[in-house]
Amino acid sequence: MLSEQERSEIQAESQHYPNNRALCIEALKIVQQHRGWVSDEGIADVAEALGMTCVELESVATFYNMIFRKPVGKHVILLCDSVSCWIMGYERLREHLGVRLGIGLGETSADGCFTLLPNVCLGACDHAPAMMIGGNHYQDLDPARIDEILAKYQKEEREEEREPADGNTTDA
Amino acid sequence: METPLTRNILPGKSPPDLPRYEKAGGYVALRKALRMAPEAVTAVVKESNLRGRGGAGFPTAQKWSFVPMGDDAPHPKYIICNADEMEPGTFKDRLLLEGDPHQLIEGMIVSAYAVQADVGYIFLRWAYKLAAQRLEQAIAEAYRKGYLGRNILGSEYSLELHLHVSAGRYMCGEETALLNALEGKRANPRAKPPYPQVSGLWGKPTIVNNVETLCNVPHIVNYGAAWFKNLSHGTDGGTKLYGVSGKVKKPGLWELPMGTTVREILEEHAGGMRDGYRFRGLLPGGASTDFIVADQLDVAMDFDSMQAAGSRLGTGTMIVLDDKTCPVGMLHNLEHFFAQESCGWCTPCWSGLSWVEQILQGMEEGNGQASDLERLQSHVRLLGPGHTFCALAPGAAEPLQSGLKYFGDDFDRHIREKRCPWRGR
Ligand SMILES: Cc1cc2nc3c(=O)[nH]c(=O)nc-3n(C[C@H](O)[C@H](O)[C@H](O)COP(=O)(O)O)c2cc1C
Ligand code: SF4
Ligand code: FES
Repeated sequence: MLSEQERSEIQAESQHYPNNRALCIEALKIVQQHRGWVSDEGIADVAEALGMTCVELESVATFYNMIFRKPVGKHVILLCDSVSCWIMGYERLREHLGVRLGIGLGETSADGCFTLLPNVCLGACDHAPAMMIGGNHYQDLDPARIDEILAKYQKEEREEEREPADGNTTDA
Repeated sequence: METPLTRNILPGKSPPDLPRYEKAGGYVALRKALRMAPEAVTAVVKESNLRGRGGAGFPTAQKWSFVPMGDDAPHPKYIICNADEMEPGTFKDRLLLEGDPHQLIEGMIVSAYAVQADVGYIFLRWAYKLAAQRLEQAIAEAYRKGYLGRNILGSEYSLELHLHVSAGRYMCGEETALLNALEGKRANPRAKPPYPQVSGLWGKPTIVNNVETLCNVPHIVNYGAAWFKNLSHGTDGGTKLYGVSGKVKKPGLWELPMGTTVREILEEHAGGMRDGYRFRGLLPGGASTDFIVADQLDVAMDFDSMQAAGSRLGTGTMIVLDDKTCPVGMLHNLEHFFAQESCGWCTPCWSGLSWVEQILQGMEEGNGQASDLERLQSHVRLLGPGHTFCALAPGAAEPLQSGLKYFGDDFDRHIREKRCPWRGR
């Protein structure tokens, strides 16, 4: 079932669209925001709330890149693999991230902290190579800069472990 | 030199809020437009020779003129700003969205008024988080000030404006696929006709315009068609955001007169090639344009000149190929993108592009065959205009056909040496 919070966020968005069908991508995004990814249960919940069949909704959910139908780590790293970043050193960064995190593209690190995904052009081509983690853009990357950024996330992670969840953590 | 589109945009500074935007002359064009007949707004845009900045260069006012007008016209009519910007190598709309959101909103209201649209959507790609935040804020400010909503500034005209953040797929940028995405469907393109101007979003008259296109409109209304035409070096009016990425000294984005030469952009603004790198070619306007090479650098970056040079202006953001980067590898990267983003609707595209990708990958891995070149040529033909539903496939064919033409020796070396000469294997 949708949570109260999910329901009210979907409700708020509904003012922008003339029918429920048009709301479905928005609703999937909201569910993903709260649950990290969209499970079969998530599909069923949204389908029921909007009066769609699961099959209909599934065909939409699988079309869009940013709807995750598989679990992802706490932080999703979107590494730009498009042309300008490729020219400016994408392959080297991919290898470096792979070594640092012990994973390849499409995989999640053993501690569940990072998922590494390739992504199309992030609109930062004049500062290539580029990536995003969560909502944050990182550009002009090289292996040293990647290490700094990973260290920052890992430090946050350790701090969170020390102060167990009271929900007051802030996003960087 | 005048730079109307970026005059409020200061690097590292937050965008003008409503009072600052107004102080810089903002929303004057809207007041002026509301005193004009809608058709008169379209007329001045027509006179200005504004052509769409989304890639195809369709004359903006001509697009608007297909929208049914008058008392019998179906309502609601829609206006959509295409802010999907997922073309590889393209980063121009992002600057306008993040740097001056009110300019876009004013452009949308004025354009909406011209076609008497009732509802507008900004279709924004998900990756532009900062733009989303700033647009939300600016839309709220505009509502509070009476620039949006019912009876704008006391006139008869009303417009609702919403932000839609896409869930991501290159195809969503194609205007009819975008309509399906907004309706909550898979982003496959629609058959044309009917054209969106007549039957678009939810079957109602709809115009779709690019961010940069719409941002030009308030300035045209303010200063007139003659002023706008004078900004340009050629027959198309206005300025253009030009960008350069790749191994140049100063990659970046600049607002310059439409029709500035490739050489000026590359050598003066981007500072030329980095030390130790030589120029081999460039894609002038994103991934789906044909390469141009060293003897074409004096061509003007406008729609007609680029076409005459065998390429397209596209988005106006160039991607530079240097002598230390493998052209076959670059094409492999590009065709991988197109194969991945193909929506699967037509066979020459989804099947053909994965063949192309595999052939190029084989060459890179040292498995190239002499017959590969012919096979690539035949795909260029099959992907070309007229064989597929939308322009993704012809777009994918452009860098490939020109790459085969200009970098034939590099293809031959891959096949002959059974390796990629750039990877030192
Ligand atoms: C696959 C594909 C992707 C496209 N992506 C975009 C885009 O991200 N932004 C855009 O403005 N136009 C894009 N276009 C072009 C649009 O279909 C349309 O021509 C454009 O938005 C019209 O705006 P304009 O007349 O103001 O240029 C794309 C076209 C295709 C075929
Ligand atoms: S050309 Fe490609 S992207 Fe366009 S409709 Fe056909 S399959 Fe889809
Ligand atoms: S190609 Fe990587 S940000 Fe554009």
